[in-house]
Amino acid sequence: MNREELLKEMYDATLVGNGPEVLDLTNAGLAMGISPEDLLFESLIPSLEEVGARFERGDFFVPEMLIAGKAMSGALEILRPLLAETGVESVGTFVMGTVKGDVHDIGKNLVNIMLEGAGFHVIDLGVQVAPERFVEAVQEHEPDIVGFSAFLTTTMPMFKANINALEKAGLRDRVIVMVGGAPVTQEYADAVGADGYAADASAAVSRAKDLLQRRRAMAAAGA
Amino acid sequence: MHTVLKSASKEVVIGHDQPFCIIGERINPTGRKLFQEQLRKGDLSRVDIDVADQLAGGAMALDVNMGAPLVDEAGLMVQAVKLVQGLCDLPLCIDSSVIEALDAGLRTYEGKALVNSVTAEDERLDAILPLVKAHGAAIIALPNDEEEIPEEPARRLELARKIVEVATGTYGIPVEDILIDPLAMPIGADTSLVNRTLETIHLVREELGVNMTLGASNVSFGMPERHVLGACFLPMAMQAGLTSAIMDARSPEIVRAVKAADLLLDHDPWGANWIAEHRKREAENKREAEKR
Repeated sequence: MNREELLKEMYDATLVGNGPEVLDLTNAGLAMGISPEDLLFESLIPSLEEVGARFERGDFFVPEMLIAGKAMSGALEILRPLLAETGVESVGTFVMGTVKGDVHDIGKNLVNIMLEGAGFHVIDLGVQVAPERFVEAVQEHEPDIVGFSAFLTTTMPMFKANINALEKAGLRDRVIVMVGGAPVTQEYADAVGADGYAADASAAVSRAKDLLQRRRAMAAAGA
Repeated sequence: MHTVLKSASKEVVIGHDQPFCIIGERINPTGRKLFQEQLRKGDLSRVDIDVADQLAGGAMALDVNMGAPLVDEAGLMVQAVKLVQGLCDLPLCIDSSVIEALDAGLRTYEGKALVNSVTAEDERLDAILPLVKAHGAAIIALPNDEEEIPEEPARRLELARKIVEVATGTYGIPVEDILIDPLAMPIGADTSLVNRTLETIHLVREELGVNMTLGASNVSFGMPERHVLGACFLPMAMQAGLTSAIMDARSPEIVRAVKAADLLLDHDPWGANWIAEHRKREAENKREAEKR
């Protein structure tokens, strides 16, 4: 198997969520001298982007997306320390959680997978995350972005409560706030004072990158 | 044990020896952007269609949820309850996590409503159960608390037991007016989840003997062929002891599976309902054929 064949096979194995195969190919690729960066950006990430695209089109279903994400996460376990060694930085840090009172996590998990695939370091706080826990996590991890997920119209008001808690802790200006979930709209995101909203998982990734770039450009201009 | 729900003129009985109670889920803006938009403008015209479709499909009670973003949920609940009670005589399930909306809905409702829902959280129990008691309503209780949605059926049973004890002991709500929700989760997220729900149903049936209901459409979320999954899941849950569900009453596939299970589980003496439904369909087919 040559380099191209291996990258292609890894792409295919990720697409169908064959975790053990992806792990074997990761090790084989590294042994062959392919850089961790190339394995990630030339095989794993494009594959996951294709998974996301198929999901958005309705050609792929939730379990297929989850298992592909799991296959990729397995490879990332091996690659992450190597990437850190070679000085490849993560795109940014993203703290994520489903708001208090809400236990829905499929959508959030899909966004996490896509973010990881895009090179973000994701810290998932799980479901029913109270405002004070978001505040603690922002203090502890100093993320670039914090994401609030809500699946119920009745738990969406927690966005505002979370943002208020960040303001009270003096952290609001230090972190980008993104919101999302089935009932959420751009209008609602604006009304509660979030910085960003996206309608689906792949849109969330591009919006996150976009917001981050703008924030960094502004910081650079300010400095 | 019989849970009796009432509209102004009609009674529905939920029980282990009764036909399964089909509660229509459709009057709910979650995941319906257009309906949300209409509700924001105070336009409830869509509700007429939802009521008619669910009635035609075989709903025996209707869930009413007005939880759209940026709306006055209590105000909309009052309007919706009046509207739906004017359109049909089915008992209603007043569905909100906003206490004011539950209160407003119960004040407006004529009859004995079902309230959706309370959890095992002390704060929620103390806020919602007095309302349920004051209006003589029935209540759906979810066995989760501020800590967790327990995965283990035994833990779900424990929380269900806690709610039953508080509701009957502290608030004097009759045990037959409590419906436990054994928590239906999406099979697409984890294929072991439905087994846990079924086991919970079994445990609650054995240990508490109360009626149960759940959101059946949760099970098929994110999967293809949702109606087939619903039509298979509900009979399994009925066999384990589920006595009602908030479900897609517009799906003939799912509703007929429920009716078949009613017959097979001896909730339809002499198969009278099954045969009557069959005759009705035959007659409709015949009329359709003659028209052509």
